[in-house]
Amino acid sequence: MIVVDQLSKYYRVANKQPGFKGTLKHFFDRKTYDVPAITDISFKISSGEVVGFLGANGAGKTTLLKMMCGLIHPSTGLVDVVGFSPQRRQTAFLKEITLVMGQKQQLIWDLPPMDSFYVNAAVYGLSDHEANLRINELAEMLELGEELTRPVRKLSLGQRMKSEILAALLHKPSVLFLDEPTLGLDVNAQARVRSFLSEYNKRTGATILLTSHYMADITALCPRVICIHKGKLFYDGDLDLLANSLSPSREVKVELKNPCASEQFEKYGEIQDLNDRFVCLLVSRDKLTDVVSNLLTDFDIIDLEISDPPIDQLIGELFKKGEVN
Amino acid sequence: MLEYRIEIALWALSGVLPFIMFSLWSQNDVGNSFGLNDIGLARYFLSAFLVRQFSVVWVVFSFEEDSLSGRLSPYLLQPLHPLFRYVASHLAEQATRLPFAIAIAITFFILNPSSFWLPSLPQLFLAYLSTHFAFTIAFLLQSLVAALCFWTEKSSALERLIFVPYLFLSGLLVPLSAFPSNVLKVAMLTPFPYLINFPAKILSAMPVNIFNGFLAQFLWILILVPSVNILWKLGLKRYTAMGA
Repeated sequence: MIVVDQLSKYYRVANKQPGFKGTLKHFFDRKTYDVPAITDISFKISSGEVVGFLGANGAGKTTLLKMMCGLIHPSTGLVDVVGFSPQRRQTAFLKEITLVMGQKQQLIWDLPPMDSFYVNAAVYGLSDHEANLRINELAEMLELGEELTRPVRKLSLGQRMKSEILAALLHKPSVLFLDEPTLGLDVNAQARVRSFLSEYNKRTGATILLTSHYMADITALCPRVICIHKGKLFYDGDLDLLANSLSPSREVKVELKNPCASEQFEKYGEIQDLNDRFVCLLVSRDKLTDVVSNLLTDFDIIDLEISDPPIDQLIGELFKKGEVN
Repeated sequence: MLEYRIEIALWALSGVLPFIMFSLWSQNDVGNSFGLNDIGLARYFLSAFLVRQFSVVWVVFSFEEDSLSGRLSPYLLQPLHPLFRYVASHLAEQATRLPFAIAIAITFFILNPSSFWLPSLPQLFLAYLSTHFAFTIAFLLQSLVAALCFWTEKSSALERLIFVPYLFLSGLLVPLSAFPSNVLKVAMLTPFPYLINFPAKILSAMPVNIFNGFLAQFLWILILVPSVNILWKLGLKRYTAMGA
């Protein structure tokens, strides 16, 4: 479905020193050099997969997405998406894909989204009947109604984003490239977009490639993640496995009936937090059952909660490790 | 929406340069040296105004803005060449300008009743055709400069390289018949006289070689289409999708 083989991308840049002298030098004697944005990345993605791309700002994940959708040409290596070379941007390929960018819009600002939908329908060669069916189906899934006949500039960010997604999916693409689709949305709007994407993937079997700074997007949608660090592939695999390998321990949060001293908990695990009647312990997974059983026996416990450490914290640590290594 | 209506009216009024030139030339009685009396001058400049209204092009500015802001990226991923979007917006604006252009022409005739004329149907058809070709040439010329956005990021500055010769050689400031013959010969080798002077002469029923004019327009389109195509393809290889 999608094959990326030894892909690299270099950008040619020129630095300019400050001041008039720097400006003159930049004009007459410009020194350019290549900055690697992506270096030797390979992976395969099967049809219908939902894959999250993780990485700090400037890691190269958006560059990778742009090469896979055909916006920019690779410096070296190969990309194959649904049997096409994306940078050739053949019509058949363009009808198979879509790109949604959270911070950019393609809807016509002064007109209602419905007008943009009909423009898109014409561009993709959909008949009015097909377009209307598709608009109604997607509008229902996205819970969009009369907003579609209101000028885009009058819509809230959430309504606008949902309309953007509708416009991008009108032609039934089989591969969705989503670059920060929930950027700037409130928690409820983020959740609605996430549930829509999940439902869309189940209904249509479309492949979804997603970048997001919100870990909630990734954990809710992507069983598989590809981590990019400084343009290189850092991890490619199951999100749960990544979480387990990053944190072989689990958090055990206990609410006690009576306050206890910290020394009493030292033998159970690493104390993360102790505050009056509340204690948070980090317990290794292999000892978890025994520890929980002993805690329930040894203490008067009101409530007990077992959880994984927050994934965004783990990923953050992963990239910090990468920085060090 | 009031702002948009006012903006449309201002667009239409912004092209009144030919009227300013008309008042300038007619007051100094220089028109006679062009071989034109006051009525001829009035008709020529009204025609120049009308041709300009339906051949004005700003693709380089829109394209540069879209390119730098990242709006170009989704357009590039649709199965339609992005330049067609700009063509569509230009044609839509031409339709919007039509009532204003008619209103301005009527006002002009009220103020200059002696200059009133109605072109014959064949003249009107040929003027329409040549104006349409003039628009095509102007659009292709600016698209050529716009494609430089892939290299310079600020290609609107280069647009001045076209605008200055356009201003002087198109016939917008003065009919080309006012030029010395050797300057005229050189001017006729450029695409600019076919953007205003040629269609305006047809519309104002002035003597003009129609066959040569259309042939030159056709040749310029024939040269510019592949040039834009090649430059566009080369540019896309350098596109970095900045801002997106």
